[in-house]
Amino acid sequence: MSVFADMWAYLTDGANWSGKGGILELLVQQLLLTGTALALAILIGLPLALWLGHLGRGGFLAINISNVGRAIPTFALLALLVTADWPGVSTFGPFGRAGIATLIALTLFALPPIITNAYVAVREVGEDVKESARGMGMTSWQQFRQVELPLALPLVAGGVRLALVQVWATATIAALVAGPGLGRIITDGFANSYYGKGIAGAVVVAVVAMVLEVLASMAQRAVDPLPRTSTAKKQDQLLATT
Amino acid sequence: MTLLARGLPAAEPSCYNRTVNDWWCGAYFTDYRDELVDATTQHLVITVTAIALSILIAFPLALLARRRQRLETAITGVSTALYTVPSLALFPLLVPFTGITATTVVIGLALYALTILVRSMLDGLRSVPDEVRESARGLGYGAASQLFRIELPLALPVMMAGLRVATVSTVALTTVGTLVANGGLGNLIADGVTTNFKAELLAACLLCVAIAVLLDVLIVGLQRLVTPWTRTGVSS
Repeated sequence: MSVFADMWAYLTDGANWSGKGGILELLVQQLLLTGTALALAILIGLPLALWLGHLGRGGFLAINISNVGRAIPTFALLALLVTADWPGVSTFGPFGRAGIATLIALTLFALPPIITNAYVAVREVGEDVKESARGMGMTSWQQFRQVELPLALPLVAGGVRLALVQVWATATIAALVAGPGLGRIITDGFANSYYGKGIAGAVVVAVVAMVLEVLASMAQRAVDPLPRTSTAKKQDQLLATT
Repeated sequence: MTLLARGLPAAEPSCYNRTVNDWWCGAYFTDYRDELVDATTQHLVITVTAIALSILIAFPLALLARRRQRLETAITGVSTALYTVPSLALFPLLVPFTGITATTVVIGLALYALTILVRSMLDGLRSVPDEVRESARGLGYGAASQLFRIELPLALPVMMAGLRVATVSTVALTTVGTLVANGGLGNLIADGVTTNFKAELLAACLLCVAIAVLLDVLIVGLQRLVTPWTRTGVSS
């Protein structure tokens, strides 16, 4: 199959990596977009979800925000934002063309997994654990800060990890609407029937996605206060005692 | 923009032409009816085929995974790894094998749905209480009849929840198939962006969400129909 030969030739040619529009520049653009969108979503979504989880209210919101997010195609939202008069298509500093439109769409799509997981994580800390905390004379804030948050952290981190994977995927799709990032290589390749190039771009995107996922799962394990048991098992234990 | 080419009566005020580019435009729906119907049909066919294919693969995989712990780790591991590959990258990776066809999109979408379906099938089968299984064995049910007549009906609610998630996300992901020229309504969205045709863009986006909601409602209806016992007692 000659497309594989084309792909290999594209990937091993140093000229394709460096310079303007090269793989490295697009990679930096996409990592920057992913990082910024994820940080924004964490800043907006996490405090809200943790607080609602602590109060034990707003479960309706936490569940439904996920469902709505799933039904709206990322591609459709990106297309609408790019075509609208604001924010529209324009260059946005190091984020590249269509930067703001892409950034907004990415942030919106990072919110549901972060909010849902954080809410559920705090909510489902065992009732007996909370009661013990209260019995020890902890204030509501101490209970949240010293008991609920540490126990909820692995699940919260799981939500952020999910969001990361989602944002990376959506940032790739941004190229379909003339956005920045590695997806450009894929769409350019396909638009010009240069499939080797398109597939080369896909390989780079897929490899980076896997690397991000592995790094995120390592980070998730690092924040676990009770290591060596899986999060699921621990959650079962916490729930089983209620 | 193609108003003049189509030769519509000039007296009729239109909401799309060279100077007017409205988001909402009734004339678009009538003028481009065939195109809309074709794209919607393709969208539905691709989604439904992908989900059906995914169910056919997921069910035996879930049964296998249930038998052996190591198989389960392998199956969920591989499908989770696949899930991290962005859709815009997965379709190109399939192109060398299936070409620029709808098959590429169907296979890609089926692979994504697989992760969700296998998991929910395993969770569903696990949700059947051990006492029930033991009673079935005690009553003389064989392995197959126990599976189909006792375990599956009881596992159905959890499985259906997974099917709903898988279907709704597949409807959304189908749009990305426009990369290989088979994206159903995604083709119209892409065209709407490149030609700056707002009416086409918004109509395609809304239809996409409508299809997702419609299929979701259909599955819920189907579930209520096949599990009448869940309707009695406390309404859920």
